[in-house]
This record gives sequence, C-alpha cells and structure tokens, in this order.
Amino acid sequence: MQIPIEYYLILSAFMFIMGIVGVLTRRNAIIVFMSIELMLNSANLTFVAFASYMGNTIGQLFVFFVMAVAAAEAAIGLAIILALFRNKMTLNIDEVNILKW
Amino acid sequence: MINNAQEFYNALPILIIGTGILISLLIEIYAEKRKIFQPWISIIIFIAAGSYALLSIEQKSTLFMNMLATGGNVNVFYFIFTFGAAVVTLLSINYLKKYGANYGEFYILVQLSVLGMMLMAGAKDLIVIFLGLELMSVSFYALAGINRKRLKSNEASLKYFLLGAFTTGFTVYGIALIYGTVGSTSIDLIAEKFIELSNNFLFITGLLLFFIGFSFKIAAFPFHMWVPDVYQGSSTTVAGLFSTGGKAAAFSAILITLGALFTAGGAHTFTPYLAVLAVLSMLYGSIVAIAQSDIKRMLAYSSIAHAGYLIIGLAAGNYQGIAGIIFYLAAYTFMNLGAFGIVSLIEGEEEANLDIKSYAGLAAKYPMLAALLSICMFALAGLPPLAGFFGKYYIFIAAIKADLTWLAIVGVFSSAISVYFYLRIVVLMYFKESEKDFVVAHNSTGLLAVIISVLLVIVFGVAPGTIINLISSFL
Amino acid sequence: MPMLTEFGKIFIFLLTAILFVVVAVVAAKLIRPSRPTREKLLTYECGENTEGTPWVKFNIRFYVVALIFLIFDVEVVLLIPWAMVYQSFGFSGYIVGVIFLLLLGLGMAYEWRKGDLEWERPKIVPPVLAEKMNLEKPDQLTPKEISI
Repeated sequence: MQIPIEYYLILSAFMFIMGIVGVLTRRNAIIVFMSIELMLNSANLTFVAFASYMGNTIGQLFVFFVMAVAAAEAAIGLAIILALFRNKMTLNIDEVNILKW
Repeated sequence: MINNAQEFYNALPILIIGTGILISLLIEIYAEKRKIFQPWISIIIFIAAGSYALLSIEQKSTLFMNMLATGGNVNVFYFIFTFGAAVVTLLSINYLKKYGANYGEFYILVQLSVLGMMLMAGAKDLIVIFLGLELMSVSFYALAGINRKRLKSNEASLKYFLLGAFTTGFTVYGIALIYGTVGSTSIDLIAEKFIELSNNFLFITGLLLFFIGFSFKIAAFPFHMWVPDVYQGSSTTVAGLFSTGGKAAAFSAILITLGALFTAGGAHTFTPYLAVLAVLSMLYGSIVAIAQSDIKRMLAYSSIAHAGYLIIGLAAGNYQGIAGIIFYLAAYTFMNLGAFGIVSLIEGEEEANLDIKSYAGLAAKYPMLAALLSICMFALAGLPPLAGFFGKYYIFIAAIKADLTWLAIVGVFSSAISVYFYLRIVVLMYFKESEKDFVVAHNSTGLLAVIISVLLVIVFGVAPGTIINLISSFL
Repeated sequence: MPMLTEFGKIFIFLLTAILFVVVAVVAAKLIRPSRPTREKLLTYECGENTEGTPWVKFNIRFYVVALIFLIFDVEVVLLIPWAMVYQSFGFSGYIVGVIFLLLLGLGMAYEWRKGDLEWERPKIVPPVLAEKMNLEKPDQLTPKEISI
C-alpha cells in the first residue's frame, strides 16, 4: 500500500512553517540560517513527493538544483557571518544594528 | 543543446557574458596588472553582449529544449542589464579605491549577477528562473559585503542575505506547489492549465508564494525593510546596481510568468492583490522618503515608491501595461544610476558627505555635477519632458484603460508627494549657501558614466514613442 | 494483522526502537551500583588529566576549509545524474560533463592561487620577558593575549 500524497504535503507544510517561525523568533544568525535551510528542505520534500506521485522526474531534477544552490548559499552565508563575527564578535542579529532596521 | 548555427547566434549575448566571466576569472588568477585592465575587460564584455542583443532583437526563438527565449523584449532586458552594469563598472573604477575595497572579484561578481539577470529575463521554465534568481542573489550578497573590514558593509550583507534567503524559501516552496498541481515547470504548460486550475487551492497558494519571493526582490511594500539598510550599508555603486538591475530582473521574471498567464486569459486574477501592493508601496515610499536625511536612504525609499508605480502596470493586466513597465524600467535604470553615480562621486573617504545637507550650495562649486544631478532628480520626479514622465504616463494610461482610474489617481498623487523630496535637493544645490567645505576628487571615468546615463535618460525622453512602439511590437 | 497499513508498521518499528532504548537505560540505572569518585567523573581524554574546558573556539582556518569542502562536495550532486545517463547522450553529453568539471577546476585553481588552500603554521610567540611587565601588580604577570 502506498502512503498517500497528503501525508507528505502536510509534513512538508509543517516543516515549512517551522522554518518560518524559526526565522522570525530566533536571534542567533546561525540558527536563523538553519531555519531557512529547513524551509528549502521542506520544498525539496514536496518536490520529491509530487515527482514520485506523478511519476515524472522534473521534480527530482529540481531537487538537485535546489540542493546545489542551497550549498552555494550556505557557503556565502557562513562567509558573511564569519566576516561579521571577526569584526563584531557577536552572532546575535539584534546587536547588529548600526543601520536602522 | 545547441543544434545549429542560428541557435548559437541567438544565444550569443548569454554566451559572451559566460565566457567573459571565465576570462575575468583567469585574469584574476594569473595576470600581474589585473587591477588596471580587469574593469575595462568587463566593460567591453558588457557592451559587446548588449550591442549584440540590440542588433539581433528581431530574432525571436527558443533555445535549449524550450528552456530559454531570445529576441524581442528579452533582448531589450539584456540591453538594460548589460548597459546598466557597464555604467556601474565604469563608476566603480575610481570609487572602489576611495571606498577601500579595490578587489578584482568585484567585477567578476557584477558579471555573474548580470548573467543571473539575463537567465531570469529569458526563462521559459521555472528551473531557469530559479537558477537565474539565485545566481543574481548570491552575487548580490557578496557584493553588498565586498568591504569585509567595514562593519556597516558586513551588516548590510548579513541583513540582505538572511532576508533574501528567507524569501528564496518562499519562492522554492511556491514553485514546488505549482509543479505539483501542473505536473511540469514549463511556463507555457502552466499558462495552458491556468484557467482549469484557477480554483485549485494549492495552485493559487503556490503562485502567491512565488510572487511573495519576487515582491522582496522588487522591494514592494511589505517586503521592503531590507532596502534602506542594504543601500546605506553597501557601497554606493553597488546600491545603484541593486536598485536598478536587481529590480529590472525580478520584474522581467514576473512579466514572463504573468505575461504567459495573460495570454491564457487570467489577466485579472491578481489585480486586487497587486493594486493594494502598489498603493502601499507608492505612498509608503514617497512619504517616508521625505523624512530621510541620508541621501542613500532617501533614494532607497524612492526606489520602493518606484516599485509601486511599476506594479500599477502589472495590476492593469493588459499589454499597454507590460510595454509601459519595460519602458519605465529602462528609463528608471539609467536615471537612478545617474543619481547614484553622482552620489558616489561626491561621497568622500570613510563615507563622508552622504548627508543631504552636504549638497547645499553645490551648484556654485561644481556646476556640472549639480546640473547632472538636477536632470536625474527631475527625471525621477517624473517631470516632462524627461524619461521618467513618459514611463509613468504609459503606466497610468494602461491603468485607466483597465478601469483602474482610482489607481492611476493615487499614482499621480504619490508622484506629487515625491516631487517634494526630489526637488528639495535641487533647491539645496542652487539656492542655499554651502555649509561645509569639501573637495570632490576628480574622477573622469565616473563622470563619463554619469554623462552616459543622463544622455540615455534624455534620449528616452525625446523619443519615447519610437521605443514604446518597438517594445509593443514584440508583445 | 489485516488493519495494519505500511505506515503502521513503521510506527510499530519506531515504538519498539524507543522502548528498547528506554528499557535498557532504565534497567541499567536500577541494577548497577552507583559509587562516583572524582576520577570517574572527569572527562575522558585518552587517560590524561583534563586541562581547561572543552568548549574552545576552533581556529578560523577550519571554517575556510569547511566552506570550500561544502561547495565542492555538493556540486557532486549535479554529477550523479549525468554519470547515470551520459552514455546514452553520446559525445555531446560527455562534452557537457567535461565543461562542468572544467568550471569546477577553474574555481579550484582560483582558490589555490588566492592562497585559501595554504595551511599556514601558527606563528610561535616568543615568551614575554618579565621586565616588560608591571612587576608591582603581580596578578597581571600572566600575559593575557596569546595569539594563535
């Protein structure tokens, strides 16, 4: 018996919302960034679920691109966070406030 | 894959930029005097790609297994991106030394972001839109933080990165839902199934999430909070690129998807949502800009207001609206680059002279700069006969034709508010005494770039009919 | 068990796994004698006596290497689908893969030339002479900054 597609969609929507809540409530730049990755991965889960449900491979293809792009984003994001940490010695995004938010 | 010579020629603008990036990277690795000729090589590449795009504007085709379109308005966008980036590069040559971030990587990153923009403008598939968007955004995150020793620059790039990646999540999730309901990521197929699926909850949610992601990139109202901080914190020329190239690219991607939906007869599905977005962006941008004392923040809020005017064209949902948006984007790119260019010329070391008060009495000391800045300000305010006026005019006409007269009236009202803060700078320059003495360093390349953009603004203002006819003929 | 779905099997598997761990840990806790000494509670460090806290900051060079690794590691994801099917695409498919690898190679060359792959030895800081320190306040004798 196959697991119905709705289960995957509910799980991925839950992951997505968890990611949004994480971004909006957490104050550590790294954890905010991890929440963003969670959002991207929930999209990946949706893609794979739909791809297997409909039996076409475009979704799986898209997942490869999302993963590669997420890695590039992670690299540049961590580099930015490192550069900030070297200058300011904090990761709390509330303390990053020379410019008006 | 490329099957014949004609396809190869049609793909040339993208191939030129792609090869240019590799060449610049090799120069950065091996050449000894790279600091001198790196920017010039990237300018030559931009101009070559842009000129070729203009010359081959008649050749409409699709490439790479229906993934990428060329010809027509796609090439108009190529022209906007490449020439805009060429102006930014020209401005940056001397500016970066003053700013303390004279790295060769800057020019490579600008080229990479232009490649991303071009992919977005020509996309026929959501995969290509996504890749282009990310290529552009990732280069922009790095460009915002190019001066890694300066805390303001770090902060701008962190904010841009966190919010940008956050909205990327929305876009990707939206694409996933669209893919799930349509069964494909091809924009043509999505447009075909649009009517059939317009009551499908998942499909509409997907489209809305997709557009939320792009509302961030065009700096529309509820997703604007990054704009002033990022423009203020990053270097002035880069802020010019964000506000013109980035916005034009995001609009090109929206036009591709929405334009496909228009042909499918779904033009007015999103009109209420877009109209609210337009009104809020225009009024918020114009009103908050009045209270700003830093010129870069003022230009940032003005860029939010301009996003509002452009969204009116989307809300109108007809072909006049699309043609108006493309014309407005072309005009806006060069008038805004002119304004940011002069700000970058006047900016001193350690980000001095960015206060609006520094512009008092500028006309007496530097009449040339004052005159150029006045032209840009008049154009941004939308006074005839400059390019900005005709851009707004075409968009408002499109709104009236779509029975959105109230929206056009709000637009005119908001322009009237914006005249105040644009002309305040002109008044300061011509009718006030200078408050503090500073010397503007001679910068011939920067001045050349500003003059080129002002000339383009004037050309767009003198012959708007020809250009709008050209754009409309491709729709 | 006719009512059990595929999902139900996974659920039972999960439940069994959790129960197994909980039961084992709780049972061990109840049965074993508890006689802690200081020596036993120390963090295990290969038999040496522990010194300082284990929560030290890692040198920033590790992050650079990790970033470079991250990028090249995940790009392989794009090579896997290509490797699965390149034979059916013939020569042109092969060329596409080679171009992709060349681009990665160019990135690698760039990092190499820019010196991000250099593993610089830490500079050995010579011991600070006592004459240069404030002898009147002996609690400040220990040099506070040791650069690594």
